[in-house]
Amino acid sequence: MVVMDTAPIRVLLVDDEAGFAEVLQKRLGKRGMEISIATSGTEAIQTLRAYDFDVAILDLKMEDMDGIEILQIFKKMVPDMSVVMLTGHGSEKAAREGLAYGAFDYLLKPCELEDLIDTVHQAINR
Amino acid sequence: MSSPSYYQGLAKTMMFTIILVSFAPLFLITLIVGYQYSVAYKEKVVAHMRELVLKHDQNVDSYLDEKVAEILVLADMGGVASFHDEANLEVLHNSLVRRHGSDFVDLGLVNSQGVQVAYSGPFKLRDANYADADWFKAVKKHQVYVSDVFLGLRGFPHFIIAVLLEAGGQEWVLRTTLDFIAFNKLVENIHVGETGMAFIINRKGDFQTTPRRDMTAEVPFLKCLIKGQNGHLDLVRGRTTMVTEINPSTGQETIFMTSPIKNGNWIMVYQQETSDAFSDLNQARNLAAVILLLGGIGITLMAFFMSRRMARKVEVSDLEKDMMNEQVIEAGKLASVGELAAGIAHEINNPVAIMVEEAGWIQDLLDEGLDKFDNKHEIQRALTQIRSQGTRCKDITHKLLSFARKIDPTIKRVALNGLVQEMVLLCEQRAKFANVHIKTNLSDSIQDVAASPSELQQVFLNLINNAIDAMDPGGGELNITTRMDNGVVLVSIADTGCGIPKANLSRIFDPFFTTKPVGKGTGLGLSIIYGIVNKMGGGITVKSVLDEGTDFILQLPSAGGVEVVQSKDSIPRLLTTNMRI
Repeated sequence: MVVMDTAPIRVLLVDDEAGFAEVLQKRLGKRGMEISIATSGTEAIQTLRAYDFDVAILDLKMEDMDGIEILQIFKKMVPDMSVVMLTGHGSEKAAREGLAYGAFDYLLKPCELEDLIDTVHQAINR
Repeated sequence: MSSPSYYQGLAKTMMFTIILVSFAPLFLITLIVGYQYSVAYKEKVVAHMRELVLKHDQNVDSYLDEKVAEILVLADMGGVASFHDEANLEVLHNSLVRRHGSDFVDLGLVNSQGVQVAYSGPFKLRDANYADADWFKAVKKHQVYVSDVFLGLRGFPHFIIAVLLEAGGQEWVLRTTLDFIAFNKLVENIHVGETGMAFIINRKGDFQTTPRRDMTAEVPFLKCLIKGQNGHLDLVRGRTTMVTEINPSTGQETIFMTSPIKNGNWIMVYQQETSDAFSDLNQARNLAAVILLLGGIGITLMAFFMSRRMARKVEVSDLEKDMMNEQVIEAGKLASVGELAAGIAHEINNPVAIMVEEAGWIQDLLDEGLDKFDNKHEIQRALTQIRSQGTRCKDITHKLLSFARKIDPTIKRVALNGLVQEMVLLCEQRAKFANVHIKTNLSDSIQDVAASPSELQQVFLNLINNAIDAMDPGGGELNITTRMDNGVVLVSIADTGCGIPKANLSRIFDPFFTTKPVGKGTGLGLSIIYGIVNKMGGGITVKSVLDEGTDFILQLPSAGGVEVVQSKDSIPRLLTTNMRI
């Protein structure tokens, strides 16, 4: 997949913690990314159906659906899209499981913004 | 149970048990052995006395027989003519004295009229007339006669052996006087203990030997004694008879051993005061009594001090056990907190992540400059967000701390619904992770219960945690219901988990029983719950169907109108009743 340098990176941010999603949206937005937020599994799937994304940042613990489940659906819907998992401590096991299902990498919350941006870039340029 | 009177009672029971157990054998042995010893000893003493008497009475008889035989030999050999010759008689007498000691005091020949026609001896008794003497009459009748001791013509105690001879159609009597002193020695030497002595008495009550002490006062009593035995004295020779009676002259209980001698004419009497005869036995008895007394005092003192010390030790170890129980509950609680940790960490992680990002956002805005766009307002919003997320963190930590603080066993009035809800909240995050839906159906009509709130928290937290574990993996539904039933508050915690196999159902409350892998569970959770509920006077029942779920039902007595603040100093007994293995 060829990404033009000038075009903003389109990111789907899936996290049921709205406050977290919003502030991340603002900060990544400042850094030239185009962020869409989904606060539940179903909303994320709907959004993915409607729009194209370069990368999805996925929280592994969601109220309605299991993160791994969402990952599998994502991979089915858009196999080319990279998925970076973002999760709290104590879910490393699930995150490693996610890698087996095709996720690019995982980061533990809270993480440095630079690390997240680097990972997103790596995910796009893999 | 832990009141001082309980331990006093325990000490008393121990003391009496020790005394009884130690005393009974001691007492029985002393009694039985003492009795047998006393019987055996008395028998031995009596047998000894009997032997003594028999031996001496044989001695006396053989002494007399011997003397009679000697006179008879003399009579056979000599003939009346040689006795009639006084010089010849003197030679014979001297020979007797020389060969047989000085027993033969004199020797004389008496004609049929009772006149002594020849005499050899220290007294001048020639021509003495014995016609009226008892012995002279008796010898005519019996051929040979041994007289009783009497004073006679010489005024000195002596006795006579007389033998009837015939010569020339005339009757003669050869008589000799025997030394009373030598005869007396035969029985005088019998001297046993303080009061044991022997003497010979004739049927009329005259002493034939001199008793060691003056016994004239006792003669009537002795006569009576002899008379009582008249019946068989003649018949049974060589048989002794024993009588124990109070001697009226001394007032002491005395043993009399009597034995007939000299064809029943004389009686050998051996007497000894009972206390003297059995003095060794009495000493042994006194010694046994002293030992028994000292032993008894020793046992009692030992039992008293030992039981007190043991009761104190039990009290101390009970106290230690109570403290240990508290620590076990505490440890169980920490284990529950550990189980909650993952959920709690995640719960705290979210607001922390937001705060970190908001702080980063403020930094972004400051780099941009406060005057640009609406940055100032945006910073304020971010700060408000940080503060509210901080509050969220504080709430979570408070929730956890309120549970994790030290167990307070003080009994209070507890509104159960509120407490159940608190615990549900605490477990919510964990339930979410495990895909468990917690449904509560709490009746408003339930009464308060009397319990330690922190212990009840422990009960519910453990049960909810267990239920969540039972539904892992896959999740399920956890129904928590409270309601009143016959004045008892019922709480049901029902899961749709894997259920408990029948084989395990009876063991789930046992301490250290767990089906979790090593390191995952302590096996103490349910045992602690059982202890707490039991202590409250409540109960716990389990219904479980394999692969369908388990329902724990708690029956908690309602507090009613009773004032239920227990004083702090009374130490609660926690696990003592539930350690039922």
